[in-house]
Amino acid sequence: MATLVLDDEQKMLREAAMRFMAEKAPVAQLRALRDGEGDAFDAPTWAAMAEMGFPGALIPEEHGGAGFGHVAMGQIMEAGGRTLAASPLFATGVAGASAVMLAGSDAQKAELLPKIAAGELLCALAVDESVRHTGKAPATTAAPSGDGFAITGAKSNVADGSIAGLIVVSAATPDGATGLFLVEAGASGLEVEPVEMADSRATAILRFEATPARALGEVGQGAEALARLLDICNAHLAAELIGVAGKAFEDTLAYVQERRQFGVTIASFQAIQHRAAHLFGEIEQARSLVLAALSGLDEGVEGLPRLVSAAKAKAAAVADLATNEGVQLHGGVGMTDAFDIGLFMKRARPAAQLFGDERFHANRFASLSGY
Amino acid sequence: MFDLEDFRAETRAWLEENCPASMREPVRSEKDICWGGRNAEFKNDDQRLWLERMAEKGWTAPTWPEQYGGGGLSPEQAKVLREEMARINAREPLKSFGISMVGPAIIKWGSEELKQQHLPKICRGEIRWCQGYSEPGAGSDLAALQTKAEDKGDHYLINGQKIWTSYAHKADWIFCLVRTSWEGKKQEGITLILFDMETPGVEARPIRLISGASVFCETFFTDVKADKTQVVGEVNKGWTYAKYILTHEREMVSAIGGDASAVDALGVQSLDAVGADEQGRLDDPVLRADIARWEIDQLGFRLTLERAKDEAKAGEGVGHYSALLKYAGTELNKRRLELKVAAEGMGGLAWEGQAWKGGALAKEWLRSKANSIEGGTSEVQLGIIAKNVLGMK
Ligand SMILES: Cc1cc2nc3c(=O)[nH]c(=O)nc-3n(C[C@H](O)[C@H](O)[C@H](O)COP(=O)(O)OP(=O)(O)OC[C@H]3O[C@@H](n4cnc5c(N)ncnc54)[C@H](O)[C@@H]3O)c2cc1C
Repeated sequence: MATLVLDDEQKMLREAAMRFMAEKAPVAQLRALRDGEGDAFDAPTWAAMAEMGFPGALIPEEHGGAGFGHVAMGQIMEAGGRTLAASPLFATGVAGASAVMLAGSDAQKAELLPKIAAGELLCALAVDESVRHTGKAPATTAAPSGDGFAITGAKSNVADGSIAGLIVVSAATPDGATGLFLVEAGASGLEVEPVEMADSRATAILRFEATPARALGEVGQGAEALARLLDICNAHLAAELIGVAGKAFEDTLAYVQERRQFGVTIASFQAIQHRAAHLFGEIEQARSLVLAALSGLDEGVEGLPRLVSAAKAKAAAVADLATNEGVQLHGGVGMTDAFDIGLFMKRARPAAQLFGDERFHANRFASLSGY
Repeated sequence: MFDLEDFRAETRAWLEENCPASMREPVRSEKDICWGGRNAEFKNDDQRLWLERMAEKGWTAPTWPEQYGGGGLSPEQAKVLREEMARINAREPLKSFGISMVGPAIIKWGSEELKQQHLPKICRGEIRWCQGYSEPGAGSDLAALQTKAEDKGDHYLINGQKIWTSYAHKADWIFCLVRTSWEGKKQEGITLILFDMETPGVEARPIRLISGASVFCETFFTDVKADKTQVVGEVNKGWTYAKYILTHEREMVSAIGGDASAVDALGVQSLDAVGADEQGRLDDPVLRADIARWEIDQLGFRLTLERAKDEAKAGEGVGHYSALLKYAGTELNKRRLELKVAAEGMGGLAWEGQAWKGGALAKEWLRSKANSIEGGTSEVQLGIIAKNVLGMK
């Protein structure tokens, strides 16, 4: 059975992360970034995160990380979800770090991981080739070229694709296998089209035309590493979604206890009480799944991909519910930009879509369950 | 310190040795459940043996004190026992309102005399209990109950009527809420008292359910004498004890959604009836999606049940989770049976006869509709969560 209760160290880290995000990366910061000069993230905040060890939370100490593990990183992701922290943490600290750890050669690990842990090297993971995540093998190709490869094709939905120094790209090798490749920002034949999303975050469409790349680790073993990598990404996106849902719920609960109509608080209406109670229960159950998935990643359990899909599907569904109920129960002010609840809705959807939404993962869960 | 892994190894070996093979099969019908009692009906010798062996270890009530027939296990050890039982699909040796409901209240508030009189018999499954709470005029509004208990010196004289009393016609004793005072708030005049169902003046009349079975009764009390020593805790404090028991009842009812052996693999189990496409997927994509969503929700529920137990302090039950688990677990069980009946098509709706298991599923499906009514309705649970957990007012 999975570990479902945090140990003391994890609890301390959770509290520290909550405090950090609330103080250093509050929703107000996201608003400032959105309304500002076009920065995708706040550099001093990112430096402070690195100081706290966040980007290196998954990276072992021998490579300059903190080696906290997935449950701990999940707490940081959840804390970030609660404040809509727009930082490179996911693309770099989860996706980039895990890609190198899973697939990289010893030399690549020694070269890249310390820079990732220090927050000096920003990463992006380029997998999807259509607007929805499909789980299909890549059409993008990697052809041998010199002592490396040349990548040709296009990727979309690349979180932090316009700001990353290092891009991890999935591509088909000449013998039809899936490989992971490293492309440096500014490489020849790489075209970056930034796309600002509803959540005000930077993603990009990347187009490769014989772009020079090197293989990440052994070329033939990309498919397995990629599958595991996506499970890791999805477990942490699910953790972030729990944060989004949890805070949207708390803000809504606070609002209905304050807002008065008919001479009483609207929280005294049973129609609202029952909806809030149901939502609370759903969030708690999603949280259990996410904890099980994260601890499954740390401890290694059987059937992990199925568990991750369950966690992502439920977290996505719950984040949808929490933000939809949140806007509705705020009434008219819920539709205004001045209130945060709408920002939570706008983050919930892209975080769910990335690497497969609720439907994708429910479908995958069914297939992995044998029906 | 007794090492938990040693305990696991010993428990595993003991269960391997002592749990009869037929007690490792999934529970298929009401008959597979062992209720114990003075007139206990055992389906077979294995069922009797399994109860006796587990009772001997004190493992029918693993965390109760040893001196009263329990196992004296720590919550951690009890969890190991649960896990080891689940590993071999061991059935519960005994289903008992004594263990799940009245026992914890006796342990917490009962006199030493009451403890010694009742707890060991509960652990051994010798006395079967029923719960006398609801009345025709007091359902969700339980505190409105009117069954009257008059102080007659050494005993109370009880007159009134209960309804929906599960298994009153099979139970040996009742734990009953009676009104001992008409003064003050309605919650303040209630007393919890225990008496034998064979006491003169007690009559239980079974009520037929939509599932065809009769599992509960109208229960009438006419000048029933109940000894004063059988009052649990203090007179007029019964409401507190009643709520405590309801918390335990909710845990029991919510476990219905968490019984892995009974509910896992609904999708795979449906392949036979629904058929599969070339890729092995259920041949009805909409039903498949419904089942996948249900299985995901169910897994989340089961993990939450486990998490609540992990978080609960020793012996304190699942505290503020209990209403949430009751609500979620029972709604999930209803959804499960809707999906199962849908997957089985007309076979799921057969009522009698040889074909399609003679209506067992249809009856189970109808029985499940009570899950969100008994032990406090879903609406009542949502109200409790909103007020007591979320503080909405
Ligand atoms: C199978 C089964 C076994 C049972 N076993 C026992 C037993 O052993 N002992 C015992 O004492 N009782 C038992 N009960 C009774 C059970 O506890 C009651 O049925 C239950 O508490 C509901 O009461 P009621 O039937 O009077 O419904 P009502 O209270 O009349 O409720 C009718 C409807 O109104 C809703 N409602 C009521 N109040 C509110 C409110 N404040 N807000 C919103 N909605 C509300 C309810 O949710 C429900 O949907 C059993 C019931 C069943 C079905």
